[in-house]
Amino acid sequence: MSQMLNFTKGFFKENPILVLVLGTCPTLATSSSALNGMGMGIATTFVLIGSNVVISLLSGVIPDKVRIPAFVVIIASFVTIVDLLMQAYVPGLYEKLGIFIPLIVVNCIVLGRAEAYACKNSVLSSFVDGAGMGLGFTMALGILGSFREIVGSGSIFGYKFIPGDGILVFILAPGAFWALGYLIALINRLKRTSKA
Amino acid sequence: MAKTESTFKNMVLSLTLISLGASASLGFVYVLTKEPIEISLMNKKLNAIKEVVPDFTNNPNEEMLRLPTGEGDSLDVYPAKKDGEIIGYAVNTYSKSGFSGYIGLMAGFKPDGTIINITVLEQKETPGLGTKMTDPGFNDQFNDKNPGAFPLKVKKDGGQVDAITAATISSRAFCDAIQRAYTTIQKGGLI
Repeated sequence: MSQMLNFTKGFFKENPILVLVLGTCPTLATSSSALNGMGMGIATTFVLIGSNVVISLLSGVIPDKVRIPAFVVIIASFVTIVDLLMQAYVPGLYEKLGIFIPLIVVNCIVLGRAEAYACKNSVLSSFVDGAGMGLGFTMALGILGSFREIVGSGSIFGYKFIPGDGILVFILAPGAFWALGYLIALINRLKRTSKA
Repeated sequence: MAKTESTFKNMVLSLTLISLGASASLGFVYVLTKEPIEISLMNKKLNAIKEVVPDFTNNPNEEMLRLPTGEGDSLDVYPAKKDGEIIGYAVNTYSKSGFSGYIGLMAGFKPDGTIINITVLEQKETPGLGTKMTDPGFNDQFNDKNPGAFPLKVKKDGGQVDAITAATISSRAFCDAIQRAYTTIQKGGLI
């Protein structure tokens, strides 16, 4: 597979949220506004790239039977690094995302890519895979967050353009499920049309 | 690439090495970010103090007092002075009865106990409902009120506070936090 294809598969064909439906917990929880969703996506992208590269580098050294604990230690280190960096340099965003930064550790996408891709492929391919998957995740969270922010609070990236309250339910948990459901339906519909 | 065999020795060795590498890199990042984290926390606190008790000329952080609440814990009180004279106190107060638990506020009081201003430091309330406690529309109603004459209770509970629509629990917690601050500095003999 060419690196270009390897990169773009994360956006549409194998988008972690819209197609693979992995890591929906942080997706639903942090996509209440466009900025939160994208912040979460970028943090996850950093972890994905880092863990993918390191795991693919070490894949020859790690014995098969202990590969999962080894992956988890590597992923957890990257998450802690992101956690500290965000706390130091973007405290505002860090506060909003709160508990969901440490929870990137258990995000299925990260371990999923390590197990399914990084431990079997070259460092470069793993890097590209991590970047593509991470940005695909960011894109999905951005779309979801923008939609929920526009409908739910009548603003985008914190800039208010509709006075008053929006449809509050879209900021809350049920709205997250609806928005994600419709987004997946839309993607499936597009896919079917493009095939036919 | 030849896979390392899963013998006991290999497994222990590889996991030990990976953990060592991980701790080393974490230690490095920790040292790197320690100072910026402290600075950003300090700035946040100073900005909050500035918002609730304006015009001080001292460094309230250096003169911080820790007063017991009478509930087994204590609150941090920052005296704001202008030219050596006390013009108010910023109290870092909290409530645990928010809709999603902990709420942290910075409340400014004049030396006679009148509320100057309140700002929210930390809250996890429901977005769009309880989070309105950060809006001036809600928390400005406390400004220039003296809790001695202004019962800190929502109207539903017989007080005079206009609760946030559909977020009575959050509003109650907000009042609870201010009440705690007021009682504490009153007991501490500051007002």
